[in-house]
Amino acid sequence: MFSYCSDPDTLGTFRWFSCYLTTGVHMSFYVAFLKVLLLLAITAPVALGFGFLGAMAARARFAPLRWFGKTYIAIVRGVPDIAFFLFFVIALDQAFEYMRHKVLCPDWDQPIRQGSDFVVCTAAKLPLSTAPQWMHETYGFLLAVVTFAIVFGAFAANVLFGGMRAVPRAQLETAEAYGMSQRQTFWRILVPQMWVYALPGLSNLWMVLIKATPLLFLLGIEDIVYWARELGGTKTSRFTDYPHGDWRMWYFLFLLIFYLAFTRVSEIVLERLMQKLTHGQATSGGEAQRRAAA
Amino acid sequence: MSECLQTIHDYALRSIGIGERLLPRDGFTLCEQVTLIGSGMIWNVYFGVMALFTGFFLATALAVAKGSANPWARKPAEWFIFVFRGSPLFIQFFFAYFLFLSLKNVNSFFDPFTAAWLGALIVLFFNTAAYSGEIFYGALRSIPKGDIEAADAYGMSGWSRFRRIIWPTMLRLAWPAYTNEAIFLFHATTLVFFSGFPAWQQRGDALYYASYFADKTFNPFVPYPILAGYFILFTLAIVGTFGLINKRLNRHLPSENRSKIGLRFNPIR
Repeated sequence: MFSYCSDPDTLGTFRWFSCYLTTGVHMSFYVAFLKVLLLLAITAPVALGFGFLGAMAARARFAPLRWFGKTYIAIVRGVPDIAFFLFFVIALDQAFEYMRHKVLCPDWDQPIRQGSDFVVCTAAKLPLSTAPQWMHETYGFLLAVVTFAIVFGAFAANVLFGGMRAVPRAQLETAEAYGMSQRQTFWRILVPQMWVYALPGLSNLWMVLIKATPLLFLLGIEDIVYWARELGGTKTSRFTDYPHGDWRMWYFLFLLIFYLAFTRVSEIVLERLMQKLTHGQATSGGEAQRRAAA
Repeated sequence: MSECLQTIHDYALRSIGIGERLLPRDGFTLCEQVTLIGSGMIWNVYFGVMALFTGFFLATALAVAKGSANPWARKPAEWFIFVFRGSPLFIQFFFAYFLFLSLKNVNSFFDPFTAAWLGALIVLFFNTAAYSGEIFYGALRSIPKGDIEAADAYGMSGWSRFRRIIWPTMLRLAWPAYTNEAIFLFHATTLVFFSGFPAWQQRGDALYYASYFADKTFNPFVPYPILAGYFILFTLAIVGTFGLINKRLNRHLPSENRSKIGLRFNPIR
């Protein structure tokens, strides 16, 4: 990157590191951090949407829908989340390919599961085998996003369901007394009020989501964990201009500090947000704020 | 049927190195999958029970230290809890593994630390101690003032007051949250063999074998539900055991004041 980097062997420690940390592979490492942030930026709203739908389903009057909502919420409780991640990535991939197979190749007569193989016609492959590399990577990343959204949607659904139940009953009864329909009560009274009750749970969920991002590695994405392992491993001078010993420990220490800083900053921001939201609310937090101001 | 008994005989203890050496390679039967994944559960139970048991004592110490007025005790406890709760367990595993790997070159004393049975256990021990320590600390702060005043009035102080009043009340208040912690620690044990720690001679935990089968058969719809079934069973067992202890901790209270174990979410570390 810098002009003096052409012959790293002759450099002093500081300059050597300034060259080492700006090599092409290190740039991929830094891009991987953006991937993590991108995953968070996409997953958080999508999971919140899934959670909202899940919570609505769990409250539904139509019994099968209610059972579906409750099962969706409950099943995640007893099973390790990582098992869900590993499961959904394959299962979603196969589900997409199976559907495309049914649509694109109707006259295919062989079974799809042949012993230990999952065989669909070439046209149904996702992404197509002729597709460029970036399509494969994007597809893998999208699968990961959907997987995260499904799993975290269940957690969010649980939190929002609790938030909806915490809204005082009297509020809803008043709405009914004003002649509001079921739908109006839900959208105009329940939904605006539930957030303050749901926020502690949701901020906890955000922390959990941050701490779940390294699991991208298990879904086959070239994320920060992948690069930390790659870059940190012992390099001899035969393959690189920057030979070094096993530095994986230091790379993971860096990741550890990155996550600590990230969760700490989030904690502070969410605390401020909570302060804002409780302002003027008829909760003990709101009352405490009023007393402190008076 | 007799074939399945043979499979159980061969593979039931495979995860700790007893029985058939080679894993099944093709024509995977349902019986083989159930047996091997169940065999892997031995590791999950080992990690879960050991980390929870040892972590319990450190957690109590951390909670007391964090609640202490002396900054020499409080600051280290706060930092310990912050570091282990603020970072992903997955990264902690990786860091610890490579740390032990580096220490191994310095001194052969650290040889066993790079194996999962000790190295991963230490990480889980610290991790659960931090999470439970925070739970206990919260409980410690919400002990009714009257309880402590009553203890003072009886002339108790220091150790006897802690041992007979503060500690049991803290446990009683913390127990529902601690039950959740136990469940999610148990779930977190599945991360061990995906995070650097090698499964020596393919002796892995339940998820290790489940993903082995999913990779080989390219069919996730059999091994993962089996794994889920095992975990739901063990989760129910934890809830049952902790419920009994909860009953004992609350036995002196009138029944309407007892704290019930309500399950909450605190997934993934």
